[in-house]
Amino acid sequence: MPKIQLDGLTKRFDDIEVLHSINLEMSDAEFTVLVGPSGCGKSTTLRMIAGLETVSAGEIYIDDRPISHLEPKDRDLAMVFQDYALYPHMNVANNMSFALRLQKRPRKEIDARVREVADMLGLTPYLHRKPAELSGGQRQRVAMGRALTRDSSTFLFDEPLSNLDAKLRTQMRAELALMRQRVHKNMIYVTHDQIEAMTLADRIVVMHDGHIQQQGAPEELYKNPVNKFVAGFLGTPPMNFLHATIESQGDFTYLTGDGFSLRCDAPTLQRLANYTAGEICIGIRPSDLVFDPHADVTTSLSLRVDIAEYIGAQSVLICHCGKQKVMVELKSDTPITLGKQLTFSMALEDLHLFNPSNELAIPRLVDVEATRLIKKTGGNYV
Amino acid sequence: MSYSTINRLTPYIFLAPAVVVMAIALLYPLIYMVFGSFRAWDPSQTIGEAEFAGFANYIALWHDPNFHESLIVTLKFAFSVVSLEMLIGVGLALLLDRSLRGMSVLRTLFILPMMIAPVVVGLIWRYMYHPSIGIFNQTLESIGLGSIDWLGKHALMSVIIADIWQWTPFIFILALAALQSLPRSALEAARIDGASGWQQIIYIKLPLMMPVLIVTCLLRLIDAFKVLEVILVMTEGGPGLSTEILALRISRTATEFRELGVAAAMANYLLILLLMLTVVMLAYNKLQEIKEARIKALIKEEGI
Ligand SMILES: Nc1ncnc2c1ncn2[C@@H]1O[C@H](COP(=O)(O)OP(=O)(O)O)[C@@H](O)[C@H]1O
Ligand SMILES: [Mg+2]
Repeated sequence: MPKIQLDGLTKRFDDIEVLHSINLEMSDAEFTVLVGPSGCGKSTTLRMIAGLETVSAGEIYIDDRPISHLEPKDRDLAMVFQDYALYPHMNVANNMSFALRLQKRPRKEIDARVREVADMLGLTPYLHRKPAELSGGQRQRVAMGRALTRDSSTFLFDEPLSNLDAKLRTQMRAELALMRQRVHKNMIYVTHDQIEAMTLADRIVVMHDGHIQQQGAPEELYKNPVNKFVAGFLGTPPMNFLHATIESQGDFTYLTGDGFSLRCDAPTLQRLANYTAGEICIGIRPSDLVFDPHADVTTSLSLRVDIAEYIGAQSVLICHCGKQKVMVELKSDTPITLGKQLTFSMALEDLHLFNPSNELAIPRLVDVEATRLIKKTGGNYV
Repeated sequence: MSYSTINRLTPYIFLAPAVVVMAIALLYPLIYMVFGSFRAWDPSQTIGEAEFAGFANYIALWHDPNFHESLIVTLKFAFSVVSLEMLIGVGLALLLDRSLRGMSVLRTLFILPMMIAPVVVGLIWRYMYHPSIGIFNQTLESIGLGSIDWLGKHALMSVIIADIWQWTPFIFILALAALQSLPRSALEAARIDGASGWQQIIYIKLPLMMPVLIVTCLLRLIDAFKVLEVILVMTEGGPGLSTEILALRISRTATEFRELGVAAAMANYLLILLLMLTVVMLAYNKLQEIKEARIKALIKEEGI
């Protein structure tokens, strides 16, 4: 199973550059998820790997062999399309066996392989149906089955679940995760849904406007986003951003904004030691805010709760801190009164800090240490 | 009359003028023709004066070797032009279904022949086929290949070539439209599954185009059986009976041989032939509809 490498991969449609020199390395049997908002160039990247789009500049290597001049069929990969792309005139069995039949494999082998995959995906009763006679979820499975039957070394998925309804999507996501455990292949998966990305990926690659923003393990990206975009993109409900100025009063330094004033502790001061600008952007995850009526004003936000969205065990509060909107996620049984000004505390080390001018994160000191360590041990952290 | 009756009648009232026009323009001549075909009818007589002859006209035709000859010419002509036009038209569509610079100009050029009036097409080709001053023979002679007796010995082939030139574009545009409405991603999937260009055509493109191609083919066949002007201008059916297609023979029977009844009977034979083709086409369409309805029912039944 191969190692796939993108080296300065660039794509131009006419004169418009939509992918700007992408560098990426996907190792053996890794599940890589390309995630990003619509139009950021995920599909284009995938389609270039598949050979469906030409490469404008740069190169794609599979096991150190350049392949961008090869036809799709010579790249040994299988792909699942967003609209399934089943052959409408062939029944399920023929859809699944098309590639093997083109390879002129023996009939017996083909039948066995189709039956095996159909069994695995629960498609056996539908083998003689045409795609038009199947439901959306079943078609999705056939598309998946067609890729699996091929037994190629790399699987490409382009938003395979986005045409399904919410319930089916959750179910198929779980099945994908299961399949992923059974099938040890390179998988590259494109989605705009960060939950899919977080749940499935060994490695997430966050893209935006044709650039890679950050790549790494889901947990890594969630905990230590390198910039405001990644921080806001991963996590539901999304991270709150508050604008603040850094002010010194007597012995203390405060991060002061509309409706709050947080006093910096020693680690935070250290973290800001090399930061000279007066303005700063504070990022707080909704789940890092804790309802605490007795919290000290220097480590808490005072929020007016406008709406409480009940989603079961958890509720999401939509609040205002001064003029800025803030979301809080907490247990539903917390006693909250709507329309009141309430206090929510936080741990200062949970704060994400960003430079508002270039939106880059100001890392925690421990993270800086960790980064050095990871770099030394060859882990991935951009 | 109540409002609801008026409401119910409204569509029919709107349809009425069209029905009247249809009845006069279509049904009247048709009935007239069927009526006439059972008479020994001379152009000097009105249809009322003509003597009733039963099936005599039909039986005479059934045994008339000239009619057989004409029918065979017509069948030969229709099947050769339609099969060659399908082959070339679909082939061209497959070839030109790509986005290259200048492709739209090329496509427009291909469609031009279809837009020229048939009489003009006949004239153009008649001059091009002219034994001494025609472009074909002049070219052949200038490169030392000797001339071909286009409208003489090879008359049928020559009119077939002219018809192919004129009507291939019709199949070309329909095939191209069918091609461009094919699901792009299915073709991409085929490429990834390892299908070569030819295999994509044979296993994906052609099967998916088939419904359009079948209807196109039948439409063209119906049309080819009725062709008249081009051949009339080019050969007038000659030499001998070699290019005398049915439409031409009908017209000659009526005007030259002055046998209106026989001409009408011949026209009826042709009509029956065309009706059969039309029925096949309608049946095919119906079959497709039934298939779709079955799928819909199936999906509804399973609640998927
Ligand atoms: N065939 C094309 N021609 C021109 N522009 C394209 C084409 N395909 C994609 N693009 C542009 O490239 C950008 C990235 O597209 P895409 O890779 O499909 O985004 P996504 O991340 O949503 O999959 C978009 O701005 C899109 O408009
Ligand atoms: Mg996309």
